[in-house]
Amino acid sequence: MPIRRDKRDRYVEIEVSAPQEPLWVRCESCGELIFRRKLQENQYVCPRCGAYFFLSARERVASLVDDGSFTEFLPPRVAEDPLGFADQIPYKDRLTRARKETELFEAVLAGSAQIQGIPVILTVMDFRFIGGSMGVGVGEILALAMERAAQERKPFVFVISSGGARVQEGVLSLLQMVKVVVARERLAQAAVPYVAVLTYPSTGGVLASLGGVADLTIAEEGALVGFAGPRVIEQTTGERLPPGFQTAKFALEHGMVDAVVPRAKLREELSQALSVLVA
Amino acid sequence: MSDEERLKVLEEKAEELRRLAQANGLDLSAEIAVLEEKIAELKRALCLGISPWERVQMARRPDRPSGLPFVQALCEAFYELRGDRVVGDDPALRGGLAKLAGHRVAVLFHHRGATPEEQRRARFGMASAQGYWKARRIMEVAARLDLPLLTLINTPGAYPGVQAEAHNIAGAIASCIWQMLRHPRPTVAVILGEGGSGGAVALAAADRVLILENATYSVISPEGAASILWKDAKFAQEAAAKLKLTAHDLRELGVVDEVIPEPPGGAHTDFTGTVEAVREALLRHLGELTPLPLDELLRLRYKRYRHVGSTNSAH
Repeated sequence: MPIRRDKRDRYVEIEVSAPQEPLWVRCESCGELIFRRKLQENQYVCPRCGAYFFLSARERVASLVDDGSFTEFLPPRVAEDPLGFADQIPYKDRLTRARKETELFEAVLAGSAQIQGIPVILTVMDFRFIGGSMGVGVGEILALAMERAAQERKPFVFVISSGGARVQEGVLSLLQMVKVVVARERLAQAAVPYVAVLTYPSTGGVLASLGGVADLTIAEEGALVGFAGPRVIEQTTGERLPPGFQTAKFALEHGMVDAVVPRAKLREELSQALSVLVA
Repeated sequence: MSDEERLKVLEEKAEELRRLAQANGLDLSAEIAVLEEKIAELKRALCLGISPWERVQMARRPDRPSGLPFVQALCEAFYELRGDRVVGDDPALRGGLAKLAGHRVAVLFHHRGATPEEQRRARFGMASAQGYWKARRIMEVAARLDLPLLTLINTPGAYPGVQAEAHNIAGAIASCIWQMLRHPRPTVAVILGEGGSGGAVALAAADRVLILENATYSVISPEGAASILWKDAKFAQEAAAKLKLTAHDLRELGVVDEVIPEPPGGAHTDFTGTVEAVREALLRHLGELTPLPLDELLRLRYKRYRHVGSTNSAH
């Protein structure tokens, strides 16, 4: 699914649907029909206009780690649907559907891996899973991964793709912001480095908690970085959003990130950062 | 006998006493007062007649006790610290050093403003990046001076604006949460009105979280939830019930430690009484936390937040 921007370089809402596997994919940014394999080889960046398509968590892992080095952690036991929530459809059904569509247990995938020979604990979010939202499950997976990183003294890497908190889990999802920061403090106590990678989108409660307190923060070129989404800002304040607002470049210019890199260079950038972070 | 039946019996008895008193010219006011107290207590326990949506409206009242007047009434002395030392000073999130029952403390609070002009400047209690960077700075001052930290929360949420984003409001909120979790002395948060999302949680990562009876604490406003999940703002009342944002729901979820009762008409009908009730609760919780050694305080804090919502708590 491509990231669409309007003429003023703002991001436009995108619909995420079930992954289909047609041979050809249309870039919704420039209209080009792209052979799927070619798109895959180009790490899901449009070869014609450079628009970024979503990467699934597994594709992201594959693009970052040394071949065959990723060992996925077992999913934790957590309270599923702690509020018994239902809007137009029951939350339990939403969860079941997301699991089926993404073949993931939750909106974040965690495991141990090596990046150019450096052992890390890697966590990667998947926007297709209920907008990459953080509820109890995501909070638990992240906290366990950080505790493990602290224990094994391996750098912790967190790749964000999230719209924010999981509304269907109410205030318990809000409190995951505290949970992941309390676990982040464990990393600090063990002097274990933490690198955040911001991709499209890095917003809301995930950016305003774990995403906001890394030792080193790298943004992917196509990232959207912000607390409130562009639509919310426009609707609430009536302000006109300046061109390039909340882009990776904006984040760099406003001192929020240490580097902006194209997707193809992310792995190399990470390994360079890690090389100065580990002994 | 159920609580509802007991309430009915008590109300009948009170009515009978009032009739007797009037008919025979007797002074039964003491007896009647005792009954009325019991009735009020039962009503509170039953949350009678107040729907979650009505509590949302109560929590949002502009005349709800909170902000600067609340702090000035709560503390014997209050000296305000202003500015984030980088960009500016936010009138919606304020704080400083104070004395509470003779103890030195640091206080942070949302300020929604009393006059229309003040309310506009404080964006109705929606603090921007400067507010949260200032809060972090005051938390650091409190940590250096070894002071307990009190926070009084009443905000619809953090301000979603262009300048807020340019000044990294997300990073500011994250830093507040982190700094609060590292605080070397006891921390107590009280939700006085609206506990709106990230703007509230930034000040609520405390050892104890207390809430007034008609205050709310939620990941999103009911209107926001309705428009995102139901795609129709008309479902706000239903969302208010489903989000479990009332004080009693939050107590059941283990999110808050204590519900501070309000007078039957709501906190806005009795400013002084509300301040007194909050002061009593604050002092009690501070009294419990103050003797704890730092490592124990941090251990309990870790335990409290590490397992929110997890069934697997045997770590």
